[in-house]
Amino acid sequence: MSKMHIKLTVNGKPVELLAEPRELLIHVLREELSITGPHIGCETTHCGACTIDMDGRSIKSCTVFAAQANGANVTTIEGLGTPDGLHVLQTMFKEHHGLQCGFCTPGMITRAYRLLQENPDPTEEEVRFGMSGNLCRCTGYQNIVKAILAAAAELNAVKEAAQ
Amino acid sequence: MYATNYHRASSVADAVRLKGTGEETKYVSGGMTLIPTMKQRLAAPSDLVDLRHVAEMKGITVSGGTVRIGAATTHAEVASSAEIKAACPALSHLASLIGDPHVRHMGTVGGSVANNDPAADYPSAMLALGAMIVTDRRRIAADDFFTGLFETALNEDEIIVAVEFAAPEKAGYSKFPNPASRYAMTGVFVAKSASGVRVGVTGAGSDGVFRHSGMEQALAGNFSPDALSGVTTDPADMLSDLHGSAEYRANLVNVMARRAVAAAT
Repeated sequence: MSKMHIKLTVNGKPVELLAEPRELLIHVLREELSITGPHIGCETTHCGACTIDMDGRSIKSCTVFAAQANGANVTTIEGLGTPDGLHVLQTMFKEHHGLQCGFCTPGMITRAYRLLQENPDPTEEEVRFGMSGNLCRCTGYQNIVKAILAAAAELNAVKEAAQ
Repeated sequence: MYATNYHRASSVADAVRLKGTGEETKYVSGGMTLIPTMKQRLAAPSDLVDLRHVAEMKGITVSGGTVRIGAATTHAEVASSAEIKAACPALSHLASLIGDPHVRHMGTVGGSVANNDPAADYPSAMLALGAMIVTDRRRIAADDFFTGLFETALNEDEIIVAVEFAAPEKAGYSKFPNPASRYAMTGVFVAKSASGVRVGVTGAGSDGVFRHSGMEQALAGNFSPDALSGVTTDPADMLSDLHGSAEYRANLVNVMARRAVAAAT
């Protein structure tokens, strides 16, 4: 099987690489591009640890071929914040204890980022429904939901102040 | 996963041409079933033809009471479409219950209908709405389309381009999802139109999706949940697995049907 020439925009930067047609996007991100924020939890489309944003939609990068993503615009947790400039979701996960072991957190935050784009002022129920593709085995979800609601409130307060 | 080749189709004609090139070529749309199946080595296509970028297979139109959904339209697009919400809110509701947000962003109507998984949601709606499955070469009535577990009337290289149905007077969908996979352990779609009432049941039948004639007759005269109280479902025709026995599913069919009728708008 000959390798394919794949072009992506990852966290704002254009990248080009060669990948086998069967290579999954998560493997290309982690192994070829050393973008290790998205995790491999179950690799069976269930857990959401590999969640990334592709062309403005949350997807599980373990269930998309890199070839399918050719030409796409990809955002991972690395594109949302930096250690010195945390995204408000990252700050709120920290403040509200929205993580314990942290394995699911990059996927959680990347999904929550898109959820708040889709619905900037969600109810608790809408957060739970919108996050239903991301599993956490530590927290029991309470603090994850709290963190996302707090981030939404913070983002909305900033938006209002700006107006 | 075994090695494969990837081709991106630019049109329906291009896809059919590409399908003829490999040893064992498969169409892939969202890939939410095919890719997990390939990972488990239960499928090993030599070539994949990606249908996600075929413009003529996308989009939703409602005109003169006829709803047309392009086969490459995602579940998320169906769930959030204002046109579908106005013409058939039960179908928006059905789409919103498939898998999880990530799966709904990739999975497509055409893929779900073509795969005819016995626990998939869309086939029940297609049957109950009396939909037409529009392919690259013909129109197939839903009643003739679903022919058994994972079996359809499609020819080897035939592609679903769209599904079409007349907006019903009233319709409702109720599903008892498997709590882990969210596939239907039983899902019932009821639709009432000038020509009568149709009831499609998924997740329960041992031959896959089916119409429930007993319920259709009972609801024709009285479209209310109470009309179903005396209607039974034979457990001999039901699936039985670790998630639920045939008797359990037979009971669920009645419960879900009553809820679907109660929810119908």
